[in-house]
Amino acid sequence: MTRTQPGLPGRAWHPVASSADVVLRHVFQGRLLGRELAVWRADDGYVNVWENRCLHRGVRLSIAVNDGRELKCQYHGWRYSNRTAECTYIPAHPADAPARTICNRTFPVVERHGLVWTTLEHDRPEDLPVLPERGSQLPLRAVTVAAPAADVVGALRSYDADDDLRLASESDLLLRFDGASGPGLTLLVQPSDATTCVVRGVLHGVDEADPDVSRLTLLRLHNRALNRLRARVESEVGPLEPGNDEPELELVPEELAELPPATRPGRSASLRVRVERKWSAGVDVAGFALAPLTGHLPVAQPGAHVDVHLPNGCVRQYSVVNAPGEDDRYVLGVKREPESRGGSACLHDTVREGDVLALSEPRNNFPLRRDAEHTLLVAGGIGVTPLLAMAQTLAHHGLDHELHYFAQTEDHLAFHDRLAALGDSVRRHCGLDVAATTARLREILAGHAPGRQVYLCGPGPMIEAAREIAAECGWPVEKVHFEYFQNGQEIDKDSSFEVDLARSCLTVQVPPGQTILEAVREAGVTMPSSCEQGACGTCIARVIEGEPVHQDVYLNEAEKASGEAIMTCVSRSASPRLVLDL
Amino acid sequence: MPTPPCTDPVVLNLWHPLSAVAETAAGQDHTTTLLEEQIGYAWSPDAGARAWRTGATQHQLPTLVRYGYIWTSLGTPPKDLFSIPEYDEPDRRNMNASTIGVHVSAPRAIENFLDMAHFPFVHTDVLGSEPHTEVVEYDVDVSAERDEVLATRCRMFQPKASASSSAGAEVEYVYRVPHPYCSILYKTSGDDPGRKDVIAVFLQPVDQEHVRAHLLLSVLDDAHEDKEIRNFQQSIFGQDKPILENQFPKRLPLDPRSETPIRADKSAVAYRRWLSGKGITYGVIPAGR
Ligand code: FES
Ligand SMILES: [Fe+2]
Repeated sequence: MTRTQPGLPGRAWHPVASSADVVLRHVFQGRLLGRELAVWRADDGYVNVWENRCLHRGVRLSIAVNDGRELKCQYHGWRYSNRTAECTYIPAHPADAPARTICNRTFPVVERHGLVWTTLEHDRPEDLPVLPERGSQLPLRAVTVAAPAADVVGALRSYDADDDLRLASESDLLLRFDGASGPGLTLLVQPSDATTCVVRGVLHGVDEADPDVSRLTLLRLHNRALNRLRARVESEVGPLEPGNDEPELELVPEELAELPPATRPGRSASLRVRVERKWSAGVDVAGFALAPLTGHLPVAQPGAHVDVHLPNGCVRQYSVVNAPGEDDRYVLGVKREPESRGGSACLHDTVREGDVLALSEPRNNFPLRRDAEHTLLVAGGIGVTPLLAMAQTLAHHGLDHELHYFAQTEDHLAFHDRLAALGDSVRRHCGLDVAATTARLREILAGHAPGRQVYLCGPGPMIEAAREIAAECGWPVEKVHFEYFQNGQEIDKDSSFEVDLARSCLTVQVPPGQTILEAVREAGVTMPSSCEQGACGTCIARVIEGEPVHQDVYLNEAEKASGEAIMTCVSRSASPRLVLDL
Repeated sequence: MPTPPCTDPVVLNLWHPLSAVAETAAGQDHTTTLLEEQIGYAWSPDAGARAWRTGATQHQLPTLVRYGYIWTSLGTPPKDLFSIPEYDEPDRRNMNASTIGVHVSAPRAIENFLDMAHFPFVHTDVLGSEPHTEVVEYDVDVSAERDEVLATRCRMFQPKASASSSAGAEVEYVYRVPHPYCSILYKTSGDDPGRKDVIAVFLQPVDQEHVRAHLLLSVLDDAHEDKEIRNFQQSIFGQDKPILENQFPKRLPLDPRSETPIRADKSAVAYRRWLSGKGITYGVIPAGR
């Protein structure tokens, strides 16, 4: 394709839409230098300019649904997030969290002078033309002309709208006219492709004395003049073969081209965030809003957590409370633990607004299926955080759900504003003792039917009780999803055994006192991990051969019995040799 | 966009459908476009089918009449076409449900035909419905001996699977791709759970980015009139058309890195590899370009 056409100057930024084109819940199709663009505004006002193509099967995103927070592709319902264009959900595989790296191509955006501007070139600093700011500005209706940009610029030099405009200057596909008595005008030529362009105009110094009449009259006047000009240029240039300048499409990363899921990153703190706000979100619960220092944050899917690397050296996991589309910051809820080992106490007492923290990228080992007819969310105490993210997602998609929230007192219920926004779907259960809690869980879980799923998060004993009751009520294990805060079990580290890493062709010894994870890393194989106590599921490995001794609280009974997967941070081997798919 | 006429030997040597016999007035000449060339054809009960390149020479092309369609080839075709044994069962109703022009390449249309994941979104409340969006594991096999792609144990929840069903059910499919531009699906029959309805799509490549899609039905349905059955299939196809016409690029990219497959796309992945293995270049963007 031709990036810059011969004889055309090299301004990198071009207008591709007018602000009026990116109306609520709409996706506008733009075109620049042969490349099709999907331009859309989210409900938070942010304007996105993306490659007009779903990464899955190439369907135009300009026919996607803009739900105000995400675009949902028409073909298979893949969802892409505001700002980062990350894929947040793949409906064909509701149990899997999409690999975070499935990300559409985005282009930088500036909205100014009533126009949306972008550039296709990497790392080109903003070189937007400066338009006179005197008086008020009025963007004209855009006119598409089937002619090369150079011909259109040529014709625009003698632009005549029957008034007193005089060409004052010209540069880079831009012509500026001064008005002797009335407003001045800037005309911009957007090179859509080699044989088509769009003429966009901005009037400046518009007299506001009689806004309605004068604005409408001006718009009509220029629209007529531009249409006359278009007819003239098109007849001079004659019919053109549409430009055969299909742009090169970027290839997706290697690992996405293969069917197996992508591997996940290690325990690294790759994000830097600033504590934008810290507040009391409930008794003993501190709320944190964390904003990026620069750029955008990767999207946290409902159920995801981040590792927070604290100033005192501790690393702690916290679930992200964000609702869909809330993608300019992470919201966390931190409960003060009485016997805190330095994590929650540090966040409560030491970390202040304005402080900078290091975070891992969000990881989702507690993904939410969105193919259930009814979803039960059962939270105990601070276990509400991932379930709040889930409830907000289900509410946004209009999917049937209930959020049951057990807490000591009304005041212990955290995130009142979010609970209130969820309305009737929230059921509060306060001040119940163990017996009453058990009885209430029995009522809640009594209604098992096909098409239902349940998600549990809370203190260990409560999850244990709820899982038992669910089993008694006939819930199949694969419909009961849970996440423990921590692993309360004694971890036995005494055995020794050998681990074969099938893909790396390595054999490592695991001596007493060391974990599989540590031994594997020592051998130079990178492995992701997060909580490192068998609760979060990040360090999972597939077992090809051997008999694991499970010491985690992540896998359910059926998964443990099958022996097909192991949490390498805590679990060990009963057989002398374990073969892992690593 | 002008494209050169077909020079792909694999595609030239294939049999291609031209028209349904039922829609060909007997004894008259007709024309259609195949691989960017004007083709004349005629059919009568006595003389059978004939086809020729239009123009000065009355050059006769090979023809076949199979499954209710007239087929021809611009090269040296195999002796016979792939087999659909069910077509000959005496109690089946065979008909051409529709012939529809679509602005897309033939391989993109085949992939759409093989694809279950789009049912809830494109054929909402007919072949699928949200939130029942999961595509469970199925099996794909490329049979070397029969030279075709076969997908089995494909299951999907369907609110209304055919003209003869009113309630929702999980429906099981089998897909065959015995020809680069033709595919056949078998699905549980509403009337006789032991047997399967057959729906086949035969794509006539008009050029690299346009097809005429001929839809064959061979069904076990006594309750509905032809017109109802046809209308049902036509409305389904009408929902796919705008999606297919908004796919970009229109030719099917064979480089595995040009799009993002998921497990549900297993059959499409196998189909793309199979096409690559045949060395097809027409209607696709070959890998490594
Ligand atoms: S093509 Fe967009 S979701 Fe499949
Ligand atoms: Fe379809």
